[in-house]
Amino acid sequence: MVSLKIVWNIFSKDLRIEWRNRETLASMCVFGLLIVFLFNFAFEGAREETLRLLPSVLWVAIAFAGVLGFNRSFASERDNACLEGMTLAPVDPSLIFLGKMLANLVFLGVAEVVMVFAAALWYNISFLPALGQLVLIAFFGTLGYAALGTIFGAIAANTRMREVMLTVLQFPIAFWILMLSIDSTSGALRGNPSGNWLGGVARVAGISLVFTIASFLLFEYVLEE
Amino acid sequence: MKKKFPISVHLALTLAALFVALYMIFLYAPEEMTMGEVQRIFYIHVPAAWTALLGFIIIFVSSIVYLWKRSQFADELASSTAEVGFIFCTSVLVTGPLWAKPAWGIWWTWDARLTLTFLLWLLYVAYLMLRNYLINPARAANLCAVVGVIGFVDVIIDYMAIRWWRTQHPQPVIGGGPNSGLDPRMLATLLVSWVAFVFLFFLLLRVRLGLAQMRRELGDIRHILAFRASED
Repeated sequence: MVSLKIVWNIFSKDLRIEWRNRETLASMCVFGLLIVFLFNFAFEGAREETLRLLPSVLWVAIAFAGVLGFNRSFASERDNACLEGMTLAPVDPSLIFLGKMLANLVFLGVAEVVMVFAAALWYNISFLPALGQLVLIAFFGTLGYAALGTIFGAIAANTRMREVMLTVLQFPIAFWILMLSIDSTSGALRGNPSGNWLGGVARVAGISLVFTIASFLLFEYVLEE
Repeated sequence: MKKKFPISVHLALTLAALFVALYMIFLYAPEEMTMGEVQRIFYIHVPAAWTALLGFIIIFVSSIVYLWKRSQFADELASSTAEVGFIFCTSVLVTGPLWAKPAWGIWWTWDARLTLTFLLWLLYVAYLMLRNYLINPARAANLCAVVGVIGFVDVIIDYMAIRWWRTQHPQPVIGGGPNSGLDPRMLATLLVSWVAFVFLFFLLLRVRLGLAQMRRELGDIRHILAFRASED
């Protein structure tokens, strides 16, 4: 019970800070929208082309917008020595990880809703027929991606050129989360035969959970001085 | 260890193994039927790939040992292995396209194992960059060990994900199935070449480890000197 309260406190603290300045979320949404917008002009094409390209466009936009958010997640803690304060608090570091990860998950989730809405509007594609599958794929894909982003954001906050360091760590390791999410998303949008889609979701979920658990277990070593 | 197996003996053994391997690659192993002479790069390419993978396994194990026992040697082993393994991984990526162009007609394809090797190379790069860009080097051991462990989890996942992905690369020739398998002379050449690569790998690793230990001793000496100066 106490642990839940600690996670909730960190999570709500991040949300409150964000609510007051709205910097991270605004930059993530605008950046994501710009990528979707640019690709729309880069790939002006027929509908079949759009179906083939849209999942990749969306997940690339999510990947870049995510990195933007994860960078700020620990950079802001670093700036005012808040990280030292949190480390000194008599709290299990894994709980700090969970709080931060949930906040990142919510930010990226909000940005995804904005991007998907814009993509549906600009590319003339309805996401409604496969909404259930897509929500599941997006949830698990984003969970694993945010878990890696949180731990690597914390690591990159210790380096010079932290923006570069975060992408260098994040993209090779999150590669399969993105690839399998793209694969399952395009399957869902094409309306693959029932029974088949569950396998796609299960693969994304499996990989994401492995990385989430690994990050959860290793996070205490990142904060340790 | 040093007394039982001096580095000069190690160097001599490595050179001998490399010469034997070269002799076997170019004079002993029979010519492959479809690819001809070009196929001989196989005896460089595959041992380098195995050694690069071995390098990441060593990083993983020593990262775990560091996080568990806090042994400084494990950290130095991991960081030295990363530098040496990176060279072998790079040579896989160089010899691969050289072989692929005559054999497949293209330099590169995003086939599963090529993707895997490239990801392994990126992991080596990420690990080395992190070591060099830290603001406070005292934290390097912890942070790099975390990346070493997660990176290895990624390598395992790559192996599974490959099965779900398209592949153009040949199926494993060794232990692949009843009809796979090499000419015994080819297999012997491959194994000798691998032994030579492993000798070379550990030779470079020993030299690099020696450097890491000298650096640590130098750091300690500087620390003591600074402490004495502040006392005066």
